[in-house]
Amino acid sequence: MNSLKELFKNKDKNLCSVFFTAGFPQLNDTVSIIKSLEVNGIDFIEVGLPYSDPLADGPTIQHSSEVALNNGINLDIIFDQLIAVKDEVKTPLVLMGYLNQVLKYGEERFCEQCVACGIETVILPDLPMLEYENHYKKLFAKYGISNVFLITPQTSEERIRKIDALTETFIYVVASASITGAKGEISQDQITYFERIKAMNLKSALIVGFGISNKTTFDTVCKYVNGAIIGSAFIKFLESNGVEKIDEFTDGILK
Amino acid sequence: MKSKFQVDKNGYYGQFGGAFIPELLYPNVKELEDNYLKIMESEEFQKEFKYLLKDYVGRPTPLYLAKRLSEKYGAHIYLKREDLNHTGAHKVNNTIGQILIAKHLGKKRIIAETGAGQHGVATATVCALMNLECVVFMGEVDIKRQAPNVARMKMLGAKVVPAISGSKTLKDATNEAIRDWIGNPEDTYYLIGSVVGPHPYPDMVARLQSVISKEIRAQLLEQTGQEKPDSVIACVGGGSNAAGAFYHFLDDEDVELIAVEAAGLGVYSGESAATSVLGEVGVLHGSKTILMQDEYGQVIEPYSLSAGLDYPGIGPLHAFLNESKRAVFMNATDQEALDAAYELTRIEGIIPALESAHALAVLPKLDFKKNQVVVVNLSGRGDKDLETYIKNLK
Repeated sequence: MNSLKELFKNKDKNLCSVFFTAGFPQLNDTVSIIKSLEVNGIDFIEVGLPYSDPLADGPTIQHSSEVALNNGINLDIIFDQLIAVKDEVKTPLVLMGYLNQVLKYGEERFCEQCVACGIETVILPDLPMLEYENHYKKLFAKYGISNVFLITPQTSEERIRKIDALTETFIYVVASASITGAKGEISQDQITYFERIKAMNLKSALIVGFGISNKTTFDTVCKYVNGAIIGSAFIKFLESNGVEKIDEFTDGILK
Repeated sequence: MKSKFQVDKNGYYGQFGGAFIPELLYPNVKELEDNYLKIMESEEFQKEFKYLLKDYVGRPTPLYLAKRLSEKYGAHIYLKREDLNHTGAHKVNNTIGQILIAKHLGKKRIIAETGAGQHGVATATVCALMNLECVVFMGEVDIKRQAPNVARMKMLGAKVVPAISGSKTLKDATNEAIRDWIGNPEDTYYLIGSVVGPHPYPDMVARLQSVISKEIRAQLLEQTGQEKPDSVIACVGGGSNAAGAFYHFLDDEDVELIAVEAAGLGVYSGESAATSVLGEVGVLHGSKTILMQDEYGQVIEPYSLSAGLDYPGIGPLHAFLNESKRAVFMNATDQEALDAAYELTRIEGIIPALESAHALAVLPKLDFKKNQVVVVNLSGRGDKDLETYIKNLK
């Protein structure tokens, strides 16, 4: 069974996920970041695959991707880093990258490497539902990989239901129709939106991302959905504090 | 029978095209996809589009038989004078059309990307005309090297926002425009400047630019008694002027279509924008096409002296024309383009845009048969390139 699905079976509230960019701040920080997040109680981790043209990311993650690429990171190095922690780390890992990286690496080869690293879930924000249904669904199924879709306040109910049917793990609920890291608090409009999605009684877990930056925003959204993903705020923290003090960051959210 | 060079229902030309967009953009793109043909085929749109092209832009642009150029290369060479359009290039055909579509959709705010600034100027122009808010994203590097166009856009009332991510050029300006659109999904219309981006943009822009080849057919018929030339030559960055110049000849397979890319300092010099040679299949700015990328799919920043051709991909239609061999892809270096520009200036008294000079630059490389009729799409005028021309004049 998919390790995320397993996790969601045992825990359906206050799920805390952290996103980080592989190869940032230093090329070989990937392993220590993952271990540290696990030790400090993060439920699942998103590993960002740095890309030259990250359309759906805000300035903080863009910058971290640029630094990581300048550090010399690439998919082969990332897979090597992930294989190295495979037996030690039990926390589910999710890969988040852009479709062109998968295409160029080779779709099958990418999936094989995911399997080798124990990766069972991917998020490719520029992989549209139509392409998924026509091609990737079958491919991913062959390798036991589940795909995560994003929804926004503009996504229609009909489309959300379709996404729910295609989802094995969680739906990535974009907190606002904006790029990552742009907002500082949770608005009444957003709460109305979370309540609306929740009232749909979907089978998938609902995890909110974009704009979750501190304990207040995390606690607020967790009242309405199953959990949240923190990205830009963690990247900023790493940039200022390095990997040694990750416990300060996670404590700030969870305690 | 439907032409194989038209998009299928999912927005593909063969394996190229589609709409590879984040879910965040789905409603915007879907709204456009559901409406663009309806709007474009409506009588109201047609009437206004034609009127503005005629009385505001100055169409039809002349099809001019360049006598001395013809003599030199031993063919009948016609220049399609897109340089004579209002704002100095073919770009305005597209912005006029899209601004009307944006108005039909009730949008209040227009965003655009620009490289050399030509599309930015053409967008700012139509926004001034229609009294709509205009924000143009432009790479920080391009802002520095295209100062006159930046000033023009500001004078026209547009806000020019520097793209400071990545390589700070056209592809990054496009990324920033897309991000802005994600952040402003309700009131904003993204006015893309070329036959790139997610479906329906490539098809919509090609249709709007197709006025070029429509006129070529009518003008050739009038001037020669034949509506089909033997060859049509156009430069390709993203490929909007080429798409427009090729459009009504796509199904006439006896008409040779020649697309000319920028080879910069040489195709294999590492400083080039010849995507059809250096690119591989991938996804860029929402469509599957061929693009310049490294072994991990990271997009490579192309190079050309011409700021309108240094785009790392080509529109999906062109990727298909290349793959299916319907079009011949050639390229010209910076120096070859400069030489062609100086030549046209001296023997015909026309200063072409550096982009258009790439199309002219393949004339010496082609073997023409006697009386071959060749149309070169002169996509823009060279005013914006004067500094470059003066600097390189020997």
